[in-house]
Amino acid sequence: MVKTGKAWKFGDDISTDHIAPGRLFHLRTNLPELAKHVLEDADSEFARKMSPGDFVVAGSNFGLGSSREHAPQVLKISGVNAVLAKSFARIFFRNAINIGFLAIECDTDKINQGDELELDLQAGIIRNKTQATDIKITPLPEVMIKILNDGGLAKHIEKHGDFELI
Amino acid sequence: MGRTIIEKIIGEHCGKEVIAGEFVVADVDVTAVQDGTGPLTIQELQKINLEQAKNPERTILFIDHAAPSPRKELSNAHKILREFSKKTGAILSEVGEGVCHQRLVEDYVNPGEILVGADSHTCTSGALGAFATGMGSTDVGIAIALGKVWLKVPETYKIVVTGSFPLGVYAKDLILHLIGLIGADGATYKALEFIGETIEKMPMTDRFCLSNMAVETGAKAGLIASDETTREYLISRGREDKFKEVFPDADANYERIIEIDASSLEPIVSCPHTVDNTKLASELGDVKVDQVFIGSCTNGRIEDLRVAAEILKGKKVHKDVRLLVIPASREIFLKSMREGVLQILVEAGAAINTPGCGPCVGVHAGILGDGEVCLATQNRNFQGRMGNPKGYIYLSSPATAAVSAITGMISDPREVFVKFVK
Repeated sequence: MVKTGKAWKFGDDISTDHIAPGRLFHLRTNLPELAKHVLEDADSEFARKMSPGDFVVAGSNFGLGSSREHAPQVLKISGVNAVLAKSFARIFFRNAINIGFLAIECDTDKINQGDELELDLQAGIIRNKTQATDIKITPLPEVMIKILNDGGLAKHIEKHGDFELI
Repeated sequence: MGRTIIEKIIGEHCGKEVIAGEFVVADVDVTAVQDGTGPLTIQELQKINLEQAKNPERTILFIDHAAPSPRKELSNAHKILREFSKKTGAILSEVGEGVCHQRLVEDYVNPGEILVGADSHTCTSGALGAFATGMGSTDVGIAIALGKVWLKVPETYKIVVTGSFPLGVYAKDLILHLIGLIGADGATYKALEFIGETIEKMPMTDRFCLSNMAVETGAKAGLIASDETTREYLISRGREDKFKEVFPDADANYERIIEIDASSLEPIVSCPHTVDNTKLASELGDVKVDQVFIGSCTNGRIEDLRVAAEILKGKKVHKDVRLLVIPASREIFLKSMREGVLQILVEAGAAINTPGCGPCVGVHAGILGDGEVCLATQNRNFQGRMGNPKGYIYLSSPATAAVSAITGMISDPREVFVKFVK
């Protein structure tokens, strides 16, 4: 699976409040509407300007804070291909994989705003086409690959009737 | 080889000995969701025709984040939880009963158990010697339906605390110090074990405060061995029979050991917009506050309200400050009424609100205006956390908060303690 898109750069410590703000709590049962505000408190232009297939590229500790699964949900619904970050907060990382959304750990220092990126999961690399560099991605644990391959945790359980991970 | 607390608890829940780094599927004792995460949990279960609760009497649905509901959309979200409760027999914790984490330790979680909750501060219950961790709606949904969860057994950081707190310094200052020391991602994926003479002497309320904020270092859990203090607490909650000794082996393997001398600590404040942006209250300079909030799952317990009342007794909240006080649970609310604590706070000018999360999540009950500053006893100060990305949130102990409510500036409680308490 190869995915291409443009990079949107964010800094360190992008919290779930930046991604899906608490003040929009009432939209949590209306995810398409909430998705119109994705990352609003980090970049108020992002939701309007991004195109489906683009990548969110951040520094360390992306998704820290609340356990709200709505955060990866709105990124996915907006059409973000994947989030690339130097590191992820634990709950966000789990939630992303659980809903079948890619959270990819890699060195994001060499990616600039607007760079054309190509994600090659099979090869385990991000190709920065603008800068003609390849960035290695940290492989996911096998358990998470199984969940992703089934399309998320709910679908995994639907398919197998139980955990078939270990 | 010896085992840490979390290795022991997870091992007991998957029928074999485990060590850090292993992936397992473990049985879950208690599951919980709240009104921000629970509706999605239920919708996900409905999608796969699995709308069921394996252990309904140990599945708790909390209406605490937007309680009472300020909007029709949230009222409708609450209905989803009430209907699921009726359908499955899961327990509903209604408007006014309190913040989920306080209610969980009061009535539901016991030493040695596993709790997964769809709220990041679920780690609070770790203070009882349980493995309690926050997860998302789907993880918890599957745990509700099947009574199981997949886990990676985390490595543990041992946090050794010795010495006594100086006057005006509290458990909150200790945990803010640790977060400032190792950073907001300093313990990502790890478990923290709080240990040492200071922890052994610590009342449960302070232990809950420490475990509550473990997640602010990125940790998966914040555990404390169960002991006589835990037993006393369970007796007071009518659950003496649920006491169990939970402790790490002497030769357990720790990835990192951090030693802290409590006697060297000073009052600490987290500054906008990250919890690890800590400064000594004495070195903060002039920071005027518009709002002070004393409450939340971190510091909304009776002991916290007593400290605030002690400081505010016979005093008035500064004319430019609004003081919001929210007892974390109905029982704490009642106790603080009976003790006269609420009377003192209200006479000083505090506004009291319904037990629950209050303004901490930015949904209602104290949303900040543009450019406004709030000093809160809660656990997070992210940009936008209190409902306005143009607001500024500082975090502190209840004593620092109470003193600051009087002075109108973020103040070192040690300096003004003498002046105000006498």
